[in-house]
Amino acid sequence: MINSEKTVRSTCPYCGVGCQIDLQIKDQKIFRVDAPFGVAPNFGRLCTKGRFGVDYVHHPSRLTTPLIRKDFGINPRKAIGLEGFREASWDEALDLAAKKFAEIVEKNGGDAIGTFCSAKATNEDNYLFQKFVRGVLGTNNVDHCARLCHAASVAGLQIAIGSSAMSNSIAEMKDLDVFIIVGSNTSETHPVISTFMREAIVKNGAKLIVVDPRQIEMTQFATHWLRQKPGTDVVVFQAMAQVIIEEKLYDKEFIRERVEGFDDYAASIKESTPEWAEEISGAPAEDIRAAARLYANAERAAIYWGMGISQSVHGTDNALSLANLALLSGNLGRAGTGLNPLRGQNNVQGCSDSGGLPDVFPGYQSVTDPEIKAKFELDWGVPLNPEAGLTTMEMVDAAEKGVIQGYYVMGENPMMSEPDLRHARHVMEELDFVLVQDIFMNETAEYADIILPATSFAEKDGTFTNSDRRVQLIRDAVPAPGSARDDWQIVAELAQRVEAKLGREKSAGFEFDSPSTIWDEMARLTPEFQGITHARIVKEDGVHWPCPTPDHPGTPILFADTFPSGKGKLTPLNYRPSQELPDDDYPLLLSTGRVLYHWHGGTMTRRSKLDDIYPDPTVEVHPKDAKPLNIHAGDWIKVRSRRGEITVKALITKRSRPGMVFIPMHFAEAAANELTLDARDPQAKIPDYKVAAVVIEPMHL
Amino acid sequence: MKERNTITLTIDGEAIDAPKDATIQQVLETINKPAPIICYHEATTSEGICRQCVVEVEGWRVLAPACVTKVNDGMVIFTNSDRVNRSRRTILEMLNASVDLSESPELQGQMDQFDADRERFPQAKTRAQDVKDDNPFFVRDYEKCLMCWRCVQACGDDIQYTYSISVGGRGFESKISTFFDSSMPETTCVFCGNCVAVCPTNALKGKTEYFMELGLDYDQIRQEKRKERKKNGDG
Repeated sequence: MINSEKTVRSTCPYCGVGCQIDLQIKDQKIFRVDAPFGVAPNFGRLCTKGRFGVDYVHHPSRLTTPLIRKDFGINPRKAIGLEGFREASWDEALDLAAKKFAEIVEKNGGDAIGTFCSAKATNEDNYLFQKFVRGVLGTNNVDHCARLCHAASVAGLQIAIGSSAMSNSIAEMKDLDVFIIVGSNTSETHPVISTFMREAIVKNGAKLIVVDPRQIEMTQFATHWLRQKPGTDVVVFQAMAQVIIEEKLYDKEFIRERVEGFDDYAASIKESTPEWAEEISGAPAEDIRAAARLYANAERAAIYWGMGISQSVHGTDNALSLANLALLSGNLGRAGTGLNPLRGQNNVQGCSDSGGLPDVFPGYQSVTDPEIKAKFELDWGVPLNPEAGLTTMEMVDAAEKGVIQGYYVMGENPMMSEPDLRHARHVMEELDFVLVQDIFMNETAEYADIILPATSFAEKDGTFTNSDRRVQLIRDAVPAPGSARDDWQIVAELAQRVEAKLGREKSAGFEFDSPSTIWDEMARLTPEFQGITHARIVKEDGVHWPCPTPDHPGTPILFADTFPSGKGKLTPLNYRPSQELPDDDYPLLLSTGRVLYHWHGGTMTRRSKLDDIYPDPTVEVHPKDAKPLNIHAGDWIKVRSRRGEITVKALITKRSRPGMVFIPMHFAEAAANELTLDARDPQAKIPDYKVAAVVIEPMHL
Repeated sequence: MKERNTITLTIDGEAIDAPKDATIQQVLETINKPAPIICYHEATTSEGICRQCVVEVEGWRVLAPACVTKVNDGMVIFTNSDRVNRSRRTILEMLNASVDLSESPELQGQMDQFDADRERFPQAKTRAQDVKDDNPFFVRDYEKCLMCWRCVQACGDDIQYTYSISVGGRGFESKISTFFDSSMPETTCVFCGNCVAVCPTNALKGKTEYFMELGLDYDQIRQEKRKERKKNGDG
């Protein structure tokens, strides 16, 4: 038995549930992870990633010193491993990076730089990052991977109700009555949330409606499973709305008081019958009817969704179709109701909240609003750019055209996460300057000119904001490897050096002695955070924003009385098919997603014991598709699309319908995004990761 | 209204007001006198298996397990009588005779508190057996298992709803097992480790901790994992 030398309360670095964990430390290493039973949001529960998967922190391949590319200045640059870099001092690396950024700003203006902040870094890291980008580089070109995950949910919810976060809390899930899960493999992507959902069903008699093309584990707990064809979600939900209106199951009072657009919307879906939906989606009309009745007649009913809704060329419409259902049936603003996009990264909510988006300052305050811009200019003491910046994929486009010449990437891995990677790589090769700041070498860092080593979640203080808007602390528990520094410290150093090179008379302000003072500055400028301090979070374990004053209790449930946009808006929608569907040459539909044991680009989980139980890239193939090709379970096979080809191990399973294959996105050696296509939702600019056409080939031919 | 939901009972000679539906243990917790526990855990359903939390109720033939017995109006309870203490001591002595309690600091403390004779049953059959090491995340050392069921409850309806472990066998032969005694990766197990978290004796233990005890450092533990993968033919 090992006696713990130190117990450090922190927040899990994986998904958006934000589980509270106790790191047990011996000889400066984490040897066990516990969870406190009395504390929200997880109440002692953990999943395999949180409990056993944080050993990546001590991995020998952690970056420990600044690195500069040996062939610095070469164009086009090629991807290169660590052997292509030389070690450098912090002074040299920061100075060189500052010089390059200053040159680009002086020659072509700040808009020639594209920056990626991080859904894995803290609120404080991200606040300071966007302050540097806006206040020193003078551009609003700052975005992060929320663009590639819930951008469509944000866009849809903004239109419908004027807000974009999860409306209800995780703590109330065990008391659900009726709920819908759509496009979320909850038990693998948000495992702890799924235990509360199962508790609601098994212990409290809640009824679950699953809408998913794959037979995910939660279907075993479902009353109704509507198995739609990929990309036809809107049709299913339109038909549910049609039933609710046709059978007058809607909440008349709620609609009268809080919703607009009912008549137009009702007229628009007259023809959207369950029979029409069955023809397009494959989900039986009677099941759609039954699900609609169950949802609308419930005392309280909630909707939870994931990437299956948002990562689509019509992701915004998908989200709107869910908002329409909630608005029609009055399922908003009370416990056990709500519109709840489940966030995939530990701090993707917080990174967006902290201003990690091209069009808004912290707290979603518009960069184009003159009054708000003036407020930030006054506080920071520098002039700001009045134009909204570019989104992730727009930055790639701009780089391709030569408009953007430099990248600053903090804790992101776009060379794994962007669609159509072959194209994305080509763009990276042509850039004038690339600065990467991370804890590990990764596919993006291979294109860097300079790599700066950062600390992990276990080596620094700060806050993460989880999926239900709960701001929680992480704490410095073990020493940083080598000379790695906290992201906020690196940003502050770099910012001051760029200011000096540009000859700025007045600094935008980067002198901070701790993350808590950075938080205080952000809270001062952000009404929804004004009641939150690090000291208060220590006392209360976590606080849900909005929290405008120190005596405000925080807000676990949004929209009790009103929506930020005033009235909720019902939006008529038209079904649009996906951009690339199977044909004779590429006869199978490819969907991508996650598995329980890995997380996103795999940078962390592939360096953890999690990789021991799931070491290889896989593809799920239906036996009917495998048999004619003589493909057996465990065979390595080729999967090819119009854009690329990967080699993966076949899992023969009936989880998906015949004609569809599923590939997890975690494996760099067989990146699913070699295959996906860069087709985007027109409003949210999110790429479609869930529908592409592929062909599979056995290797033994 | 308030009166109807409140009852009065006597605990060790002191009159106590308590809510009608409370268990004896819940009331004992409110007066900072919790009964000693083995199988009880705040996150799992109380089953009254271990009998360590028993108290004496005046007029009752048998001792009452505090974790599952509801309080009644007028109940007279003794938490520290000779009979109670003898029972608790004997339970500890019998458990210690057959189960390895060396990594249960709480039970070691209770043995001191109740003056248990650690050598009382030297001839007892023990649960000695090899450590089960069949997955990358935790080991199962059932020599240390005292059958509190908390892991089974955590895996099932109290936390995870995954149902990969259960109780098999009868009497002394009963044990925590999987379907067909399969290895953990062959079951529905999702390796959440919520079972490990509620184990009171370290019978379930994370592998990092297990290997560190054996004297391996972090990098050697990593090598160990790779070896294991090779052994399974997975390169």
